[in-house]
Amino acid sequence: MSAAGVVDPARVVDESGRVVLEGVGKRYDTVRGPVDAVADVTLEIAPGEVAAVVGASGCGKSTVLRMLAGFERPTAGSLVVGGRPVRGPGPDRGVVFQDYGLFPWLTVAENVRWGPRRQRLPRGVVRRRTEAVIETVGLTRFADRFPGELSGGMQQRVALARVLANEPAVLLMDEPFGALDALTRTSMQHELRRIHREAGTTILLVTHSIEEAVYLADRVVVMAGGASVGVPGHVREVVAVDLAGERDVNAPDFNAVERRIAALVHAGTDGPGGGADAADRA
Amino acid sequence: MRRPTAALWAPRLGRLALGLAVLALLVAMWHLGVRGEWVLVFDIKMAFLPEPLDVAVLLWDFAFGGVNDDAFSRTLWEHLGASTLRVLAGFALAAVLAIPLGVLMGRFALVNAALDPAVNLFRPIPATAWVPLVLLIIGFGSQATVFLITLSAFFPILLNTLGATREVSPRLVEAARMLGTRPAGILLRVVVPAATPGIVSGLRIGLGLAWVILVLGESNGIDTGLGSMITLAREQVRTDRIVVGMIVIGVAGFCSDRLLVLGLRGLFGRRPLMRAA
Ligand SMILES: Nc1ncnc2c1ncn2[C@@H]1O[C@H](COP(=O)(O)OP(=O)(O)OP(=O)(O)O)[C@@H](O)[C@H]1O
Ligand SMILES: [Mg+2]
Repeated sequence: MSAAGVVDPARVVDESGRVVLEGVGKRYDTVRGPVDAVADVTLEIAPGEVAAVVGASGCGKSTVLRMLAGFERPTAGSLVVGGRPVRGPGPDRGVVFQDYGLFPWLTVAENVRWGPRRQRLPRGVVRRRTEAVIETVGLTRFADRFPGELSGGMQQRVALARVLANEPAVLLMDEPFGALDALTRTSMQHELRRIHREAGTTILLVTHSIEEAVYLADRVVVMAGGASVGVPGHVREVVAVDLAGERDVNAPDFNAVERRIAALVHAGTDGPGGGADAADRA
Repeated sequence: MRRPTAALWAPRLGRLALGLAVLALLVAMWHLGVRGEWVLVFDIKMAFLPEPLDVAVLLWDFAFGGVNDDAFSRTLWEHLGASTLRVLAGFALAAVLAIPLGVLMGRFALVNAALDPAVNLFRPIPATAWVPLVLLIIGFGSQATVFLITLSAFFPILLNTLGATREVSPRLVEAARMLGTRPAGILLRVVVPAATPGIVSGLRIGLGLAWVILVLGESNGIDTGLGSMITLAREQVRTDRIVVGMIVIGVAGFCSDRLLVLGLRGLFGRRPLMRAA
Protein backbone atom coordinates (compact mmCIF):
# COMPACT_ATOMS: atom_id res chain seq x y z
CA MET A 1 0.00 0.00 0.00
CA SER A 2 1.38 3.39 -0.94
CA ALA A 3 1.78 6.09 1.65
CA ALA A 4 -0.28 8.51 -0.39
CA GLY A 5 -3.29 6.27 0.04
CA VAL A 6 -3.16 6.64 3.81
CA VAL A 7 -4.27 10.23 3.87
CA ASP A 8 -7.45 11.62 2.48
CA PRO A 9 -6.38 14.10 -0.26
CA ALA A 10 -9.36 16.26 0.61
CA ARG A 11 -7.69 17.12 3.90
CA VAL A 12 -5.21 19.36 2.06
CA VAL A 13 -7.89 21.86 1.21
CA ASP A 14 -10.17 21.43 4.22
CA GLU A 15 -10.09 23.89 7.05
CA SER A 16 -9.15 21.49 9.84
CA GLY A 17 -5.51 22.46 9.32
CA ARG A 18 -5.96 26.18 9.78
CA VAL A 19 -4.13 27.62 12.78
CA VAL A 20 -5.10 31.03 14.10
CA LEU A 21 -3.39 32.78 17.00
CA GLU A 22 -4.74 36.11 18.15
CA GLY A 23 -3.02 38.25 20.74
CA VAL A 24 -1.65 35.20 22.47
CA GLY A 25 0.32 35.78 25.65
CA LYS A 26 1.79 33.52 28.30
CA ARG A 27 2.76 34.64 31.77
CA TYR A 28 4.44 32.11 34.04
CA ASP A 29 4.13 32.60 37.77
CA THR A 30 7.49 31.79 39.25
CA VAL A 31 8.97 32.11 42.73
CA ARG A 32 10.61 35.35 41.60
CA GLY A 33 7.34 36.77 40.40
CA PRO A 34 5.51 36.66 37.09
CA VAL A 35 7.50 36.12 33.88
CA ASP A 36 6.04 37.18 30.55
CA ALA A 37 7.35 34.49 28.21
CA VAL A 38 5.44 35.69 25.17
CA ALA A 39 3.02 38.53 24.51
CA ASP A 40 0.66 39.51 21.74
CA VAL A 41 1.46 36.78 19.23
CA THR A 42 -0.87 37.04 16.27
CA LEU A 43 -0.35 34.60 13.43
CA GLU A 44 -2.36 32.63 10.91
CA ILE A 45 -1.17 29.47 9.22
CA ALA A 46 -3.14 28.26 6.24
CA PRO A 47 -4.16 24.62 5.87
CA GLY A 48 -1.31 22.62 4.37
CA GLU A 49 1.22 25.39 4.93
CA VAL A 50 4.64 24.80 6.46
CA ALA A 51 5.62 27.54 8.89
CA ALA A 52 8.99 27.57 10.58
CA VAL A 53 9.66 29.49 13.79
CA VAL A 54 13.17 30.77 14.45
CA GLY A 55 14.61 33.10 17.05
CA ALA A 56 17.15 33.37 19.82
CA SER A 57 17.01 30.97 22.73
CA GLY A 58 14.36 31.92 25.26
CA CYS A 59 12.22 33.99 22.90
CA GLY A 60 9.22 31.77 23.48
CA LYS A 61 9.17 29.41 20.49
CA SER A 62 8.50 26.32 22.56
CA THR A 63 5.96 28.18 24.67
CA VAL A 64 3.90 29.03 21.58
CA LEU A 65 4.13 25.47 20.28
CA ARG A 66 3.18 23.99 23.66
CA MET A 67 0.14 26.25 23.87
CA LEU A 68 -0.95 25.05 20.42
CA ALA A 69 -0.39 21.47 21.52
CA GLY A 70 -2.64 22.14 24.51
CA PHE A 71 0.04 21.40 27.11
CA GLU A 72 -0.01 24.98 28.39
CA ARG A 73 -2.88 27.43 28.64
CA PRO A 74 -2.46 30.93 27.27
CA THR A 75 -2.89 33.74 29.78
CA ALA A 76 -4.07 36.10 27.03
CA GLY A 77 -5.55 35.85 23.56
CA SER A 78 -6.92 32.85 21.73
CA LEU A 79 -5.64 29.84 19.81
CA VAL A 80 -7.91 28.23 17.26
CA VAL A 81 -7.10 25.12 15.23
CA GLY A 82 -9.48 23.94 12.54
CA GLY A 83 -12.12 26.37 13.77
CA ARG A 84 -12.06 25.00 17.32
CA PRO A 85 -10.43 26.77 20.27
CA VAL A 86 -7.57 24.75 21.73
CA ARG A 87 -8.64 23.36 25.12
CA GLY A 88 -6.11 20.62 25.66
CA PRO A 89 -4.00 18.12 23.78
CA GLY A 90 -5.73 16.13 21.06
CA PRO A 91 -4.98 13.76 18.22
CA ASP A 92 -5.78 16.46 15.62
CA ARG A 93 -2.45 18.06 16.62
CA GLY A 94 0.46 15.64 16.48
CA VAL A 95 3.54 16.70 18.42
CA VAL A 96 7.08 15.62 17.56
CA PHE A 97 9.50 16.28 20.42
CA GLN A 98 13.23 16.81 20.18
CA ASP A 99 13.73 13.87 22.57
CA TYR A 100 11.23 11.64 20.70
CA GLY A 101 9.11 10.70 23.76
CA LEU A 102 8.62 7.12 22.55
CA PHE A 103 7.29 4.46 24.92
CA PRO A 104 10.42 2.37 25.49
CA TRP A 105 8.54 -0.78 26.55
CA LEU A 106 6.61 -0.94 23.26
CA THR A 107 7.89 -2.00 19.85
CA VAL A 108 7.98 0.35 16.90
CA ALA A 109 4.67 -1.04 15.61
CA GLU A 110 3.06 -0.82 19.05
CA ASN A 111 4.20 2.78 19.46
CA VAL A 112 2.81 3.65 16.04
CA ARG A 113 -0.59 2.05 16.57
CA TRP A 114 -1.02 3.67 19.98
CA GLY A 115 -3.00 6.61 18.53
CA PRO A 116 -5.38 4.68 16.25
CA ARG A 117 -5.96 2.20 19.10
CA ARG A 118 -6.89 4.98 21.52
CA GLN A 119 -9.38 6.32 18.95
CA ARG A 120 -10.92 2.83 19.00
CA LEU A 121 -10.64 2.48 15.23
CA PRO A 122 -11.53 -0.90 13.73
CA ARG A 123 -8.69 -3.45 13.92
CA GLY A 124 -8.22 -3.60 10.16
CA VAL A 125 -7.89 0.17 9.89
CA VAL A 126 -5.39 0.22 12.74
CA ARG A 127 -3.28 -2.46 11.10
CA ARG A 128 -3.35 -0.88 7.64
CA ARG A 129 -2.49 2.57 8.92
CA THR A 130 0.29 1.25 11.11
CA GLU A 131 1.86 -0.69 8.27
CA ALA A 132 1.48 2.19 5.84
CA VAL A 133 3.05 4.90 8.01
CA ILE A 134 5.87 2.60 9.11
CA GLU A 135 6.56 2.05 5.43
CA THR A 136 6.37 5.79 4.79
CA VAL A 137 9.23 6.38 7.23
CA GLY A 138 11.11 3.35 5.91
CA LEU A 139 11.10 1.26 9.10
CA THR A 140 9.19 -1.82 7.97
CA ARG A 141 12.16 -4.05 8.77
CA PHE A 142 12.34 -2.64 12.29
CA ALA A 143 8.64 -2.85 13.21
CA ASP A 144 9.28 -5.35 15.99
CA ARG A 145 12.29 -3.61 17.51
CA PHE A 146 12.20 -1.58 20.70
CA PRO A 147 13.08 2.14 20.56
CA GLY A 148 16.20 1.56 22.68
CA GLU A 149 17.57 -0.65 19.90
CA LEU A 150 17.34 2.12 17.27
CA SER A 151 19.52 5.10 16.36
CA GLY A 152 18.33 8.62 17.12
CA GLY A 153 17.31 9.23 13.52
CA MET A 154 15.28 6.03 13.43
CA GLN A 155 13.63 6.87 16.74
CA GLN A 156 12.60 10.24 15.38
CA ARG A 157 11.12 8.49 12.34
CA VAL A 158 9.09 6.35 14.71
CA ALA A 159 7.93 9.47 16.56
CA LEU A 160 6.87 10.97 13.23
CA ALA A 161 5.12 7.79 12.13
CA ARG A 162 3.36 7.62 15.49
CA VAL A 163 1.68 11.01 14.98
CA LEU A 164 1.04 10.43 11.26
CA ALA A 165 -0.92 7.31 12.19
CA ASN A 166 -3.47 9.62 13.82
CA GLU A 167 -3.81 11.55 10.54
CA PRO A 168 -3.46 14.87 12.36
CA ALA A 169 -4.55 18.14 10.76
CA VAL A 170 -1.49 19.88 12.19
CA LEU A 171 2.04 18.70 12.95
CA LEU A 172 3.79 20.56 15.75
CA MET A 173 7.54 19.93 15.78
CA ASP A 174 9.89 21.41 18.39
CA GLU A 175 13.47 21.14 17.12
CA PRO A 176 12.69 17.63 15.89
CA PHE A 177 16.08 17.15 14.27
CA GLY A 178 18.11 19.09 16.84
CA ALA A 179 19.60 15.99 18.43
CA LEU A 180 20.60 14.34 15.14
CA ASP A 181 23.92 14.41 13.32
CA ALA A 182 24.20 16.57 10.21
CA LEU A 183 23.80 13.72 7.70
CA THR A 184 20.77 12.19 9.40
CA ARG A 185 19.33 15.64 9.82
CA THR A 186 19.53 16.36 6.09
CA SER A 187 17.93 13.07 5.16
CA MET A 188 15.13 13.65 7.70
CA GLN A 189 14.51 17.09 6.18
CA HIS A 190 14.13 15.52 2.72
CA GLU A 191 11.84 12.92 4.18
CA LEU A 192 9.67 15.49 5.93
CA ARG A 193 9.30 17.41 2.67
CA ARG A 194 8.23 14.24 0.89
CA ILE A 195 5.79 13.27 3.62
CA HIS A 196 4.33 16.76 3.60
CA ARG A 197 3.82 16.59 -0.16
CA GLU A 198 1.95 13.33 0.29
CA ALA A 199 -0.07 14.11 3.41
CA GLY A 200 -0.52 17.86 3.04
CA THR A 201 -0.63 18.40 6.78
CA THR A 202 -0.13 21.87 8.21
CA ILE A 203 3.29 21.97 9.87
CA LEU A 204 4.62 24.30 12.54
CA LEU A 205 8.31 23.64 12.90
CA VAL A 206 10.46 25.23 15.60
CA THR A 207 14.13 25.14 14.66
CA HIS A 208 17.47 26.70 15.46
CA SER A 209 18.68 26.16 11.92
CA ILE A 210 17.82 28.97 9.53
CA GLU A 211 18.84 26.75 6.61
CA GLU A 212 16.36 24.11 7.75
CA ALA A 213 13.66 26.76 8.09
CA VAL A 214 14.24 28.14 4.59
CA TYR A 215 14.51 24.66 3.09
CA LEU A 216 11.24 23.40 4.55
CA ALA A 217 8.96 26.37 5.13
CA ASP A 218 6.58 28.40 3.05
CA ARG A 219 6.95 31.16 5.64
CA VAL A 220 9.48 31.73 8.39
CA VAL A 221 8.28 33.36 11.60
CA VAL A 222 11.12 35.27 13.25
CA MET A 223 10.60 35.70 16.97
CA ALA A 224 12.50 38.05 19.25
CA GLY A 225 12.61 39.18 22.87
CA GLY A 226 12.28 36.78 25.75
CA ALA A 227 12.13 36.96 29.51
CA SER A 228 15.93 37.15 29.77
CA VAL A 229 16.13 40.37 27.74
CA GLY A 230 13.30 41.97 29.63
CA VAL A 231 10.87 42.08 26.71
CA PRO A 232 8.26 39.37 26.29
CA GLY A 233 8.83 37.09 23.31
CA HIS A 234 6.98 38.28 20.23
CA VAL A 235 6.85 37.91 16.46
CA ARG A 236 9.37 40.27 14.89
CA GLU A 237 8.60 39.49 11.28
CA VAL A 238 7.14 36.83 9.05
CA VAL A 239 9.24 36.18 5.96
CA ALA A 240 7.66 34.46 2.96
CA VAL A 241 10.03 32.05 1.25
CA ASP A 242 9.35 32.55 -2.44
CA LEU A 243 11.62 29.98 -3.97
CA ALA A 244 10.28 28.15 -6.99
CA GLY A 245 10.85 24.46 -7.64
CA GLU A 246 13.15 22.12 -5.70
CA ARG A 247 15.06 24.10 -3.10
CA ASP A 248 18.83 24.07 -3.28
CA VAL A 249 20.64 25.11 -0.12
CA ASN A 250 23.57 26.31 -2.22
CA ALA A 251 21.60 28.45 -4.66
CA PRO A 252 22.17 32.22 -4.46
CA ASP A 253 18.49 33.07 -4.02
CA PHE A 254 18.24 30.49 -1.20
CA ASN A 255 21.24 32.06 0.53
CA ALA A 256 19.77 35.52 0.11
CA VAL A 257 16.66 34.51 2.04
CA GLU A 258 18.84 32.85 4.67
CA ARG A 259 20.89 36.02 5.11
CA ARG A 260 17.81 38.16 5.41
CA ILE A 261 16.39 35.92 8.16
CA ALA A 262 19.73 35.70 9.94
CA ALA A 263 19.89 39.50 10.01
CA LEU A 264 16.40 39.60 11.53
CA VAL A 265 17.26 36.96 14.14
CA HIS A 266 20.49 38.66 15.17
CA ALA A 267 19.22 42.22 15.15
CA GLY A 268 19.43 42.39 18.94
CA THR A 269 16.39 43.22 21.02
CA ASP A 270 13.70 45.26 19.48
CA GLY A 271 10.87 45.70 21.87
CA PRO A 272 7.40 46.21 20.51
CA GLY A 273 8.51 49.85 20.16
CA GLY A 274 10.88 49.20 17.27
CA GLY A 275 14.48 48.47 16.40
CA ALA A 276 16.12 51.63 17.75
CA ASP A 277 17.84 49.92 20.67
CA ALA A 278 19.20 47.26 18.37
CA ALA A 279 21.74 49.76 17.08
CA ASP A 280 22.78 50.71 20.62
CA ARG A 281 23.57 47.13 21.51
CA ALA A 282 25.46 46.31 18.34
CA MET B 1 20.09 -11.69 16.05
CA ARG B 2 20.87 -13.72 19.15
CA ARG B 3 24.37 -13.59 20.46
CA PRO B 4 26.34 -16.83 20.39
CA THR B 5 25.58 -18.84 23.52
CA ALA B 6 29.21 -19.34 24.50
CA ALA B 7 29.97 -15.63 24.39
CA LEU B 8 26.96 -15.04 26.61
CA TRP B 9 27.68 -17.74 29.18
CA ALA B 10 31.46 -17.63 29.54
CA PRO B 11 31.63 -14.34 31.49
CA ARG B 12 28.63 -15.38 33.58
CA LEU B 13 30.24 -18.66 34.53
CA GLY B 14 33.40 -16.76 35.43
CA ARG B 15 31.48 -14.46 37.77
CA LEU B 16 29.61 -17.40 39.28
CA ALA B 17 32.91 -19.18 39.98
CA LEU B 18 34.21 -16.06 41.72
CA GLY B 19 31.12 -15.86 43.92
CA LEU B 20 31.37 -19.56 44.82
CA ALA B 21 35.07 -19.17 45.64
CA VAL B 22 34.24 -16.46 48.19
CA LEU B 23 31.56 -18.71 49.73
CA ALA B 24 34.05 -21.58 49.94
CA LEU B 25 36.54 -19.27 51.62
CA LEU B 26 33.95 -18.27 54.23
CA VAL B 27 33.16 -21.93 54.99
CA ALA B 28 36.87 -22.67 55.31
CA MET B 29 37.29 -19.79 57.77
CA TRP B 30 34.28 -21.06 59.69
CA HIS B 31 35.85 -24.50 59.92
CA LEU B 32 39.25 -23.16 61.03
CA GLY B 33 37.62 -20.76 63.46
CA VAL B 34 35.67 -23.48 65.25
CA ARG B 35 38.70 -25.77 65.36
CA GLY B 36 41.00 -22.99 66.58
CA GLU B 37 38.40 -21.65 69.04
CA TRP B 38 38.81 -18.12 67.64
CA VAL B 39 37.31 -15.18 69.51
CA LEU B 40 36.34 -12.46 67.05
CA VAL B 41 35.08 -8.90 67.35
CA PHE B 42 31.91 -8.50 69.43
CA ASP B 43 33.34 -11.32 71.55
CA ILE B 44 32.10 -13.91 69.05
CA LYS B 45 33.23 -17.25 70.47
CA MET B 46 33.64 -19.50 67.45
CA ALA B 47 34.11 -22.53 69.73
CA PHE B 48 30.38 -22.48 70.48
CA LEU B 49 29.57 -22.97 66.78
CA PRO B 50 29.04 -26.39 65.20
CA GLU B 51 31.53 -27.37 62.49
CA PRO B 52 30.47 -26.90 58.87
CA LEU B 53 30.68 -30.63 58.13
CA ASP B 54 28.42 -31.51 61.10
CA VAL B 55 25.95 -28.87 59.93
CA ALA B 56 26.01 -30.32 56.41
CA VAL B 57 25.23 -33.80 57.75
CA LEU B 58 22.45 -32.47 59.97
CA LEU B 59 21.02 -30.52 57.01
CA TRP B 60 20.98 -33.75 54.99
CA ASP B 61 19.18 -35.51 57.83
CA PHE B 62 16.74 -32.60 58.16
CA ALA B 63 15.89 -32.97 54.48
CA PHE B 64 16.21 -36.68 53.70
CA GLY B 65 16.78 -38.52 57.02
CA GLY B 66 18.93 -41.61 57.26
CA VAL B 67 21.37 -40.18 59.82
CA ASN B 68 19.73 -39.64 63.20
CA ASP B 69 16.17 -40.55 62.26
CA ASP B 70 14.69 -38.65 65.20
CA ALA B 71 11.79 -36.21 65.36
CA PHE B 72 13.90 -33.65 63.49
CA SER B 73 14.75 -35.86 60.52
CA ARG B 74 12.99 -35.35 57.20
CA THR B 75 10.90 -32.45 58.53
CA LEU B 76 12.49 -29.75 56.36
CA TRP B 77 9.81 -29.88 53.65
CA GLU B 78 6.96 -29.51 56.10
CA HIS B 79 8.58 -26.48 57.76
CA LEU B 80 9.68 -24.97 54.46
CA GLY B 81 6.22 -25.45 52.93
CA ALA B 82 4.44 -23.82 55.86
CA SER B 83 6.88 -20.89 55.91
CA THR B 84 6.75 -20.40 52.15
CA LEU B 85 2.96 -20.22 52.22
CA ARG B 86 3.07 -17.57 54.94
CA VAL B 87 5.71 -15.56 53.08
CA LEU B 88 3.76 -15.75 49.83
CA ALA B 89 0.44 -14.82 51.44
CA GLY B 90 1.94 -11.86 53.30
CA PHE B 91 3.98 -10.71 50.32
CA ALA B 92 1.09 -10.99 47.83
CA LEU B 93 -1.23 -9.07 50.13
CA ALA B 94 1.39 -6.35 50.62
CA ALA B 95 1.95 -6.06 46.85
CA VAL B 96 -1.76 -5.92 46.05
CA LEU B 97 -2.25 -3.11 48.56
CA ALA B 98 0.97 -1.16 48.11
CA ILE B 99 1.27 -0.97 44.30
CA PRO B 100 -2.08 0.70 43.56
CA LEU B 101 -1.73 2.94 46.60
CA GLY B 102 1.79 3.98 45.56
CA VAL B 103 0.68 4.77 42.01
CA LEU B 104 -2.25 6.86 43.24
CA MET B 105 -0.11 8.70 45.81
CA GLY B 106 2.58 9.38 43.22
CA ARG B 107 0.11 10.65 40.66
CA PHE B 108 -2.50 12.57 42.67
CA ALA B 109 -1.35 15.27 45.07
CA LEU B 110 -4.60 15.01 47.02
CA VAL B 111 -4.21 11.28 47.69
CA ASN B 112 -0.62 11.92 48.70
CA ALA B 113 -1.59 14.74 51.04
CA ALA B 114 -4.20 12.49 52.64
CA LEU B 115 -1.96 9.46 53.18
CA ASP B 116 1.58 10.79 53.49
CA PRO B 117 1.40 11.63 57.24
CA ALA B 118 -0.12 8.28 58.13
CA VAL B 119 2.41 6.37 56.04
CA ASN B 120 5.36 8.19 57.54
CA LEU B 121 4.10 7.74 61.09
CA PHE B 122 3.60 4.00 60.74
CA ARG B 123 6.71 3.36 58.68
CA PRO B 124 9.35 3.77 61.40
CA ILE B 125 7.59 1.31 63.74
CA PRO B 126 9.57 -1.92 63.40
CA ALA B 127 7.87 -5.29 63.19
CA THR B 128 9.45 -6.26 66.52
CA ALA B 129 7.50 -3.46 68.18
CA TRP B 130 4.29 -4.73 66.62
CA VAL B 131 4.72 -8.27 67.97
CA PRO B 132 3.34 -7.81 71.52
CA LEU B 133 0.30 -5.92 70.24
CA VAL B 134 -0.30 -8.39 67.42
CA LEU B 135 -0.22 -11.32 69.84
CA LEU B 136 -2.90 -9.60 71.93
CA ILE B 137 -5.21 -8.44 69.15
CA ILE B 138 -4.75 -11.32 66.69
CA GLY B 139 -3.44 -14.06 68.94
CA PHE B 140 -0.85 -16.78 68.41
CA GLY B 141 -0.75 -18.42 65.03
CA SER B 142 -0.33 -18.21 61.32
CA GLN B 143 -2.49 -15.13 60.88
CA ALA B 144 -0.27 -13.06 63.14
CA THR B 145 2.79 -14.09 61.14
CA VAL B 146 1.15 -13.27 57.82
CA PHE B 147 0.06 -9.91 59.23
CA LEU B 148 3.61 -9.06 60.33
CA ILE B 149 4.99 -10.06 56.92
CA THR B 150 2.38 -7.98 55.09
CA LEU B 151 3.13 -5.02 57.30
CA SER B 152 6.88 -5.26 56.74
CA ALA B 153 6.76 -5.85 52.99
CA PHE B 154 4.15 -3.13 52.47
CA PHE B 155 6.34 -0.08 53.06
CA PRO B 156 9.28 -0.82 50.75
CA ILE B 157 6.86 -1.73 47.95
CA LEU B 158 4.80 1.40 48.56
CA LEU B 159 7.76 3.78 48.73
CA ASN B 160 9.47 2.33 45.65
CA THR B 161 6.22 2.47 43.67
CA LEU B 162 5.59 6.01 44.85
CA GLY B 163 9.10 7.16 43.91
CA ALA B 164 9.04 5.45 40.53
CA THR B 165 5.61 6.90 39.74
CA ARG B 166 6.80 10.42 40.58
CA GLU B 167 9.80 10.01 38.34
CA VAL B 168 7.83 9.01 35.24
CA SER B 169 8.99 11.38 32.52
CA PRO B 170 6.39 14.12 31.93
CA ARG B 171 7.32 13.79 28.27
CA LEU B 172 5.76 10.32 28.09
CA VAL B 173 2.55 11.66 29.62
CA GLU B 174 2.52 14.54 27.12
CA ALA B 175 3.12 12.11 24.26
CA ALA B 176 0.21 9.95 25.37
CA ARG B 177 -2.07 12.96 25.81
CA MET B 178 -1.37 14.39 22.36
CA LEU B 179 -2.08 10.97 20.87
CA GLY B 180 -5.55 11.08 22.38
CA THR B 181 -5.13 8.93 25.50
CA ARG B 182 -7.74 9.36 28.23
CA PRO B 183 -6.71 9.87 31.90
CA ALA B 184 -7.34 6.25 32.87
CA GLY B 185 -5.21 5.14 29.92
CA ILE B 186 -2.43 7.49 31.03
CA LEU B 187 -2.43 5.87 34.46
CA LEU B 188 -2.62 2.23 33.35
CA ARG B 189 -0.79 2.29 30.02
CA VAL B 190 1.87 4.94 30.66
CA VAL B 191 2.49 5.54 34.36
CA VAL B 192 2.37 1.90 35.48
CA PRO B 193 4.68 0.50 32.76
CA ALA B 194 7.06 3.46 33.07
CA ALA B 195 7.22 2.90 36.85
CA THR B 196 7.59 -0.86 36.56
CA PRO B 197 11.40 -1.02 37.03
CA GLY B 198 11.00 0.80 40.35
CA ILE B 199 8.00 -1.29 41.36
CA VAL B 200 10.01 -4.45 40.71
CA SER B 201 12.83 -3.16 42.93
CA GLY B 202 10.27 -2.58 45.68
CA LEU B 203 8.86 -6.09 45.25
CA ARG B 204 12.31 -7.62 45.58
CA ILE B 205 13.08 -5.68 48.75
CA GLY B 206 9.64 -6.56 50.13
CA LEU B 207 10.05 -10.26 49.42
CA GLY B 208 13.47 -10.27 51.07
CA LEU B 209 12.02 -8.57 54.15
CA ALA B 210 9.19 -11.11 54.24
CA TRP B 211 11.73 -13.87 54.96
CA VAL B 212 13.45 -11.68 57.57
CA ILE B 213 10.21 -11.11 59.45
CA LEU B 214 9.19 -14.77 59.12
CA VAL B 215 11.36 -15.93 62.02
CA LEU B 216 10.00 -13.17 64.23
CA GLY B 217 6.42 -14.07 63.38
CA GLU B 218 6.87 -17.80 63.76
CA SER B 219 8.63 -17.60 67.12
CA ASN B 220 5.33 -17.55 69.00
CA GLY B 221 2.84 -20.39 69.25
CA ILE B 222 3.44 -22.07 65.91
CA ASP B 223 4.74 -25.66 65.55
CA THR B 224 5.54 -25.79 61.86
CA GLY B 225 7.70 -23.33 60.01
CA LEU B 226 11.39 -22.60 59.82
CA GLY B 227 11.06 -19.84 62.43
CA SER B 228 9.34 -22.11 64.93
CA MET B 229 11.95 -24.79 64.27
CA ILE B 230 14.73 -22.29 65.08
CA THR B 231 12.86 -21.09 68.16
CA LEU B 232 12.56 -24.67 69.42
CA ALA B 233 16.25 -25.30 68.72
CA ARG B 234 17.17 -22.28 70.81
CA GLU B 235 15.15 -23.58 73.72
CA GLN B 236 17.01 -26.88 73.35
CA VAL B 237 20.35 -25.04 73.01
CA ARG B 238 21.01 -26.81 69.68
CA THR B 239 23.26 -24.38 67.79
CA ASP B 240 23.63 -26.92 64.99
CA ARG B 241 19.89 -26.97 64.35
CA ILE B 242 19.76 -23.17 64.57
CA VAL B 243 22.47 -22.90 61.92
CA VAL B 244 20.68 -25.45 59.72
CA GLY B 245 17.49 -23.38 59.99
CA MET B 246 19.37 -20.22 59.13
CA ILE B 247 20.90 -21.82 56.06
CA VAL B 248 17.53 -23.05 54.84
CA ILE B 249 15.99 -19.58 55.28
CA GLY B 250 18.93 -17.99 53.47
CA VAL B 251 18.66 -20.38 50.55
CA ALA B 252 14.86 -20.04 50.43
CA GLY B 253 15.09 -16.24 50.41
CA PHE B 254 17.71 -16.32 47.70
CA CYS B 255 15.71 -18.75 45.58
CA SER B 256 12.47 -16.82 45.98
CA ASP B 257 14.20 -13.65 44.75
CA ARG B 258 15.59 -15.54 41.74
CA LEU B 259 12.18 -17.03 41.00
CA LEU B 260 10.53 -13.62 41.24
CA VAL B 261 13.06 -12.13 38.83
CA LEU B 262 12.83 -15.07 36.43
CA GLY B 263 9.03 -15.05 36.57
CA LEU B 264 8.85 -11.34 35.80
CA ARG B 265 11.41 -11.75 33.05
CA GLY B 266 9.24 -14.46 31.53
CA LEU B 267 6.23 -12.17 31.80
CA PHE B 268 7.98 -9.15 30.27
CA GLY B 269 9.94 -11.01 27.60
CA ARG B 270 12.32 -8.66 25.83
CA ARG B 271 10.46 -5.54 26.95
CA PRO B 272 12.75 -3.21 28.89
CA LEU B 273 10.58 -3.11 32.02
CA MET B 274 13.19 -4.19 34.55
CA ARG B 275 16.59 -2.99 35.69
CA ALA B 276 19.36 -5.46 35.03
CA ALA B 277 19.19 -7.92 37.90
N1 LIG C 1 7.47 26.42 33.01
C1 LIG C 1 8.07 27.64 32.98
N2 LIG C 1 8.11 28.40 34.09
C2 LIG C 1 8.70 29.61 34.07
N3 LIG C 1 9.25 30.17 32.98
C3 LIG C 1 9.24 29.45 31.85
C4 LIG C 1 8.65 28.15 31.78
N4 LIG C 1 8.79 27.68 30.53
C5 LIG C 1 9.44 28.64 29.85
N5 LIG C 1 9.71 29.70 30.63
C6 LIG C 1 10.39 30.95 30.21
O1 LIG C 1 9.75 31.45 29.08
C7 LIG C 1 10.69 31.95 28.14
C8 LIG C 1 10.49 31.27 26.81
O2 LIG C 1 10.86 29.89 26.91
P1 LIG C 1 10.79 28.91 25.68
O3 LIG C 1 11.17 27.59 26.17
O4 LIG C 1 9.47 29.04 25.02
O5 LIG C 1 11.92 29.51 24.75
P2 LIG C 1 12.48 28.92 23.37
O6 LIG C 1 12.36 30.01 22.38
O7 LIG C 1 11.82 27.63 23.04
O8 LIG C 1 14.00 28.69 23.72
P3 LIG C 1 15.01 27.58 23.17
O9 LIG C 1 15.40 28.03 21.80
O10 LIG C 1 16.16 27.65 24.12
O11 LIG C 1 14.31 26.28 23.19
C9 LIG C 1 12.05 31.70 28.74
O12 LIG C 1 12.51 32.89 29.32
C10 LIG C 1 11.81 30.68 29.80
O13 LIG C 1 12.70 30.85 30.86
MG1 LIG D 1 12.50 25.59 22.93
